[in-house]
Amino acid sequence: MAETTEVLEEKKIKVKEREPLFSKKNKKLISDPLDENNPITIQVLGICSALAVTVQMKAAVVMSVAVLFVLILANVSISLIRNLIPNRIRIIVQLVVVAALVIVVDQVLKAYLFDVSKELSVFVGLIITNCIIMGRLEAFALGNKPWPSALDAIGNSLGYGMVLVIVSFFKELFGSGKLFGFEIFGNATEQTGLYAMGYMDNGLMLLPPSSLIIVAVYIWVQKIRNPSLIESN
Amino acid sequence: MAINKDSNTYTISFAIVLVIIVGGLLAAIANGLKPIQDENLVNEKKQNILNCLPGNKSITRDEAGSIFNNFVKQRVILNYNGEIKENTLLDNSIELNNKDSRDAFSIDLLKEYKTIKDEKSRNYPLFICDVEGKTYYVAPVMGKGLWAAVWGFIAIDESGNSISGTVFDHKSETPGLGAEISQDFFEDQFIGKLISNEDTYQSVEVNKPGNPLNDYQVDGISGGTFTSVGVEEMMSRTLVVYHKYIKNLNRS
Repeated sequence: MAETTEVLEEKKIKVKEREPLFSKKNKKLISDPLDENNPITIQVLGICSALAVTVQMKAAVVMSVAVLFVLILANVSISLIRNLIPNRIRIIVQLVVVAALVIVVDQVLKAYLFDVSKELSVFVGLIITNCIIMGRLEAFALGNKPWPSALDAIGNSLGYGMVLVIVSFFKELFGSGKLFGFEIFGNATEQTGLYAMGYMDNGLMLLPPSSLIIVAVYIWVQKIRNPSLIESN
Repeated sequence: MAINKDSNTYTISFAIVLVIIVGGLLAAIANGLKPIQDENLVNEKKQNILNCLPGNKSITRDEAGSIFNNFVKQRVILNYNGEIKENTLLDNSIELNNKDSRDAFSIDLLKEYKTIKDEKSRNYPLFICDVEGKTYYVAPVMGKGLWAAVWGFIAIDESGNSISGTVFDHKSETPGLGAEISQDFFEDQFIGKLISNEDTYQSVEVNKPGNPLNDYQVDGISGGTFTSVGVEEMMSRTLVVYHKYIKNLNRS
């Protein structure tokens, strides 16, 4: 009897280890941050870059891809050495890993994607200060295996990128009448299209405060759609 | 093997090992990529110089590296009085040398702008170009925008009276606002603007948009006032030197 229970237990452990790559739990790691646990609108992390890099859609998309890349690598590498990291200096270790990755991204961009690196300029360096990255390392990667950590990274950076793209859509459209640099409302200097009828770009949309308004409206819509997110007093 | 992860020895050794690994990795990557990055920078500078010449706006960075010498015939360094510095007039048969301080191409304007406070002792590199038999003088300019450096290359026509083309760029101006100076609509405004008023120098003004313009004025960028002011300042401060040189050359 004792032997059989042991075998059973062993099997259980094995079954646990063989959890499918995209089990329900793992899928949730990706889908959660897109909506009910969105890093920007719910956790209010990474707000600063949502304000700064959303004037043009192109910059927002490239920034999201850069964050995706850094967050995946950081989450996986921290997860791989999670059992070695001394508890007292864990934040410093995370910081070193993130900083190193960001420098690598910056250097590689400068060498092989020179135009993109010019487009992003200082914002690549500022990825280090993005609270989402440190937040995910501390909250998730330190306690989970590499694969879930990678999924968690993808989910969170997609949730981040989604908000960035939506905000930049409204900012670029109403701030300069363009999307990805293409003129949607006509040409403002030559007074064609909508501009011929007296339409004017909203200068406020080009400035960081307008992002706050758009993010707030986004949160509002999100909470109407999903009442469980509304905090009760 | 039981290791006490909370012990000081473990913590310190972990930190040391981590720093050595990460430091070594970064040093290796930075060293390995340096030649490619340097080449990008050199080619970008070549591209900027060529792009401000009339009809050359679409030259790409890769092309610029190989056809640079077809357009740039001479490189020269001037002093503040618009005179050629000794031994700095180089023909395009002499290979570009980014390390040689006599080569106008090697002059790092940003470094000079930051370290040499007195503009009279700065170097003024000039690229003498030839497009379809016509001579153009391409002058680099360097100044500051809202957040960091802004710079540009100005092509001046043979007479020294008007601007034939410009290229502007910046380190980190605000996208959608100051960063628009590197867009065609801003750069192209300068074409045909005058810098000379009966042989004396008069600088181009970058105005608030919406006002009528004369031959010495262009529209600035709404919302990018600091950057526009930076563009105006760097042009008025620097072009006076080149104006002196070209006028003296034409007189003799």
